[in-house]
Amino acid sequence: MNIFCANEPTGPLESRWEKHLFSLSLISPQNRKKHKVIVVGTGLAGASLCATLGEAGYQVSSFCFQDSPRRAHSIAAQGGINATKNYQNDGDSVWRLFYDTIKGGDFRARESNVYRLAELSGNIIDQAVAQGVPFAREYSGYLANRSFGGTQVSRTFYARGQTGQQLLLGAYQAHSRQLANDNVTHQSRSEMLELIMVDNKARGIIVRDLVSGEISAHTADCVVLCTGGYSNAFYLSTNAKGCNTSATWRAYKQGAYFANPSFTQIHPTCIPPTGENQSKLTLMSESLRNDGRIWAPKNSEDCDKNPADIKEEDRDYFLERMYPAFANLAPRDIASRAVKHICDKGHGVGSKIHGKRLGVYLDFSAIIEKLGLEAVAEKYGNLFDMYQSITGEDPYQTPMKIYPAPHYTMGGLWVDYDLMTTVEGLFAGGEANFSDHGANRLGASALMQGLADGYFVLPKTVANYLAKSSLTDVDDTHPQVVQSLQLVKDRIHQLMHAPSPKYSPEYYHQKLGKILWEACGMSREAEQLKQAIGEIAELEAHFWQNIKVTGVDKDLNQTLERAGRVADFIELGKLMCQDALMREESCGAHARVEYLSESGEAKRDDHDFSFVGAWEFKPEQPMLHKEQLNYEFIEPTVRNYK
Amino acid sequence: MNFTLHIWRQKNSNIQGEFVTYQIDNIDENTSFLEMLDQLNEQLIAQDQDCIVFDYDCREGICGACSLVINGYPHGDKKATTTCQLYMRDYKNQTELWIEPWRAKAFPVIKDLTVDRSSFDSIIQSGGYVSVHTGSAPEANALLIDKHSADEAFNSATCIGCGACVAVCPNASATLFVAAKITHLSLLPQGKIEEQDRAQKMFNQMESEGFGSCSNHRYCERVCPKGISVSNITKMNQVLGWT
Ligand SMILES: Cc1cc2nc3c(=O)[nH]c(=O)nc-3n(C[C@H](O)[C@H](O)[C@H](O)COP(=O)(O)OP(=O)(O)OC[C@H]3O[C@@H](n4cnc5c(N)ncnc54)[C@H](O)[C@@H]3O)c2cc1C
Ligand code: SF4
Ligand code: FES
Repeated sequence: MNIFCANEPTGPLESRWEKHLFSLSLISPQNRKKHKVIVVGTGLAGASLCATLGEAGYQVSSFCFQDSPRRAHSIAAQGGINATKNYQNDGDSVWRLFYDTIKGGDFRARESNVYRLAELSGNIIDQAVAQGVPFAREYSGYLANRSFGGTQVSRTFYARGQTGQQLLLGAYQAHSRQLANDNVTHQSRSEMLELIMVDNKARGIIVRDLVSGEISAHTADCVVLCTGGYSNAFYLSTNAKGCNTSATWRAYKQGAYFANPSFTQIHPTCIPPTGENQSKLTLMSESLRNDGRIWAPKNSEDCDKNPADIKEEDRDYFLERMYPAFANLAPRDIASRAVKHICDKGHGVGSKIHGKRLGVYLDFSAIIEKLGLEAVAEKYGNLFDMYQSITGEDPYQTPMKIYPAPHYTMGGLWVDYDLMTTVEGLFAGGEANFSDHGANRLGASALMQGLADGYFVLPKTVANYLAKSSLTDVDDTHPQVVQSLQLVKDRIHQLMHAPSPKYSPEYYHQKLGKILWEACGMSREAEQLKQAIGEIAELEAHFWQNIKVTGVDKDLNQTLERAGRVADFIELGKLMCQDALMREESCGAHARVEYLSESGEAKRDDHDFSFVGAWEFKPEQPMLHKEQLNYEFIEPTVRNYK
Repeated sequence: MNFTLHIWRQKNSNIQGEFVTYQIDNIDENTSFLEMLDQLNEQLIAQDQDCIVFDYDCREGICGACSLVINGYPHGDKKATTTCQLYMRDYKNQTELWIEPWRAKAFPVIKDLTVDRSSFDSIIQSGGYVSVHTGSAPEANALLIDKHSADEAFNSATCIGCGACVAVCPNASATLFVAAKITHLSLLPQGKIEEQDRAQKMFNQMESEGFGSCSNHRYCERVCPKGISVSNITKMNQVLGWT
């Protein structure tokens, strides 16, 4: 079998998934309980998958590192979820969502997968409503919609500013319902630290019990990773503190290709950093750009003034000026670069960090005047409260300050049409795979993708794999299992006993974050990337020499957890820079300064770079494989949002 | 800013814990409460000591992981706020702060400030859902729901499962948490069909997990970071046929 083949169905786009479904093998209900599936991660993708596989009758074991599956980082998604219901009768369709996603991704995603995603989007809303997800509604009782960045239709469903929370609780409850069934088990406070490979197939995982520090092996017929994204490589990001790459990175080191690691999204509307000891950044939902107007002072002398004292004619509504058609709703990458550009030119506002003001205004005065305070509070109340509790400023009275921050990773484990990685029997869903978003993800599309993967795609493709493969029995005494266990124990020993322990995991994480943010953040440049690769290599050597973990390993030890995650981020950080260096073009969120137009627009190179860059682990240097992207249905165009 | 911190340290559930006093100086007023503890932990690492363990993840008030009792109040004395959303500018300089874990029989301490809240998961597993199969849902707009009910259901569904209501309750009752889920699902037609069975199962599970019962102290409502109101308890009592 060729492990690096997308296995896309052929023929008309509209019938590919249906045709493929028919070709997949099934397992009869009485035989399902003989098959065991391990699901790592119980965010939207993982929880929805466990619920669906569990009710179908498979044996499912799931794991998460939080103290409850209800706390996965999907809980933090604010803005909404897209679906092609066309309830607003504004011309939406499966084809349009497909087109918007491909275009939004700057023509670096696979057509068949994206079309399937658009096709499945409506079912997700039906499923969530049936579970009791309290989406926003009109007075008539019908579901309400809003619009989101990068589109001209209103197709986003939302539950105030807590859409991710409500969708995750729906999936968590569906998963919980299965846990009464003996076939389905779940372990919280458990971290996957290695993938077990037997006969070149994924057959289990090694897990550390985060309370007792116990290391144990878990075997199964196949493994699915739904472990989320790796924005925390940048140290400061909008992700939860525990988000990590460890599961996907272990898989990479066992042979799963890592695709487009440099495709990371910087979100334009986050609360600017205020000091050096900050531990994370907070997102202000993109939905705010529907009604808020973004501006900066025209004159840099005005930057430290009270915004109320800056006259209307002295305000530069720069997104409206630069991109009149989409204005404040320009896609994320474009909006982020515009904000950075304005601040770099000395028009930023807010407190100075390292001599620069990193912030622009997001102003709601016009909409408050138009709709009144109450209507605005109804729509954005919880976001405004959150802003106020973090900054101590009242956005009803004074404009918010925002600045871009790392937020989402389009890159991830390479998967084929069945969402299987290049390792047989290893699947990846949700943000953990390299997914359907190409070089840039549109707002409200990650929740959709995670749930499409978990409820509708993986249950079918995993079953097909189980039906088709003949697997040998593997138990805890298998030499491969014993070896994997030893590998993990050795690594923990190394972390606990560095030759000259000196610096905390936080110290290294901050250093790495700074290197990546400078060299591999909003804009990238060859010389800087090369330098960063060198710096990260040095940091890595330094880390293993000087990492200091106090306490003991057979205990709840958060310092040890962090050390292991940072070690993996350091290695991933290097690959991110290598990927960014390899890609000599700008596309989507990947902005190489050498390939930007005068006005800062990405200059894509379809002739040489219309491929997915999938990296294979090699002990010396990673090896690049290219999946050529063939656009059969959509003609790649210049992504123009003017 | 400078603070004197009295922090509960406990090696594990079998060993008696105690307060240990630490001094922390030069804290910027925009530092969050948990970032202050991060800085303290960095100091402990520098002194070769085991770090103070506390739960957190999102640090934006939505995951429900953070759980500290500060000067006697779960999530501090600021209204409708989680621990991670507290900032040092809300405290007076040079004050003493007493920091403890949630205390309840059904939330045993794991270590230091971390407790085991898996009893909440068990309560949801006992019935806190609508029994719908994946793929069998009808078209979403086939079921109209009046906006008021949808909004009210949302208000109950916004519970983050943190357990502050239990921590503050003299009976260590989980009634507010249970009532919020029962109310959320009962207010919607999808959840109506199973409502009685659900409510009874969840209530029984709460009792068997070792939570106490409600005797109307109403402290829970005051500390709840999401403003879940005790009217949810009235609704639950109705569903259970107690009123
Ligand atoms: C602040 C914020 C707002 C967002 N808003 C939106 C929005 O409005 N709309 C939208 O579409 N998208 C949004 N997104 C993106 C979206 O929320 C995520 O991409 C999506 O929820 C990811 O879901 P997931 O299931 O893949 O991963 P997650 O929800 O991150 O879950 C990961 C799971 O893996 C587990 N895990 C991770 N590593 C390990 C390990 N080593 N061992 C064991 N378990 C592990 C975790 O415990 C967790 O259960 C937002 C993201 C952020 C950060
Ligand atoms: S009801 Fe309030 S205090 Fe209790 S668990 Fe839910 S959010 Fe926390
Ligand atoms: S850390 Fe998530 S709510 Fe406080």
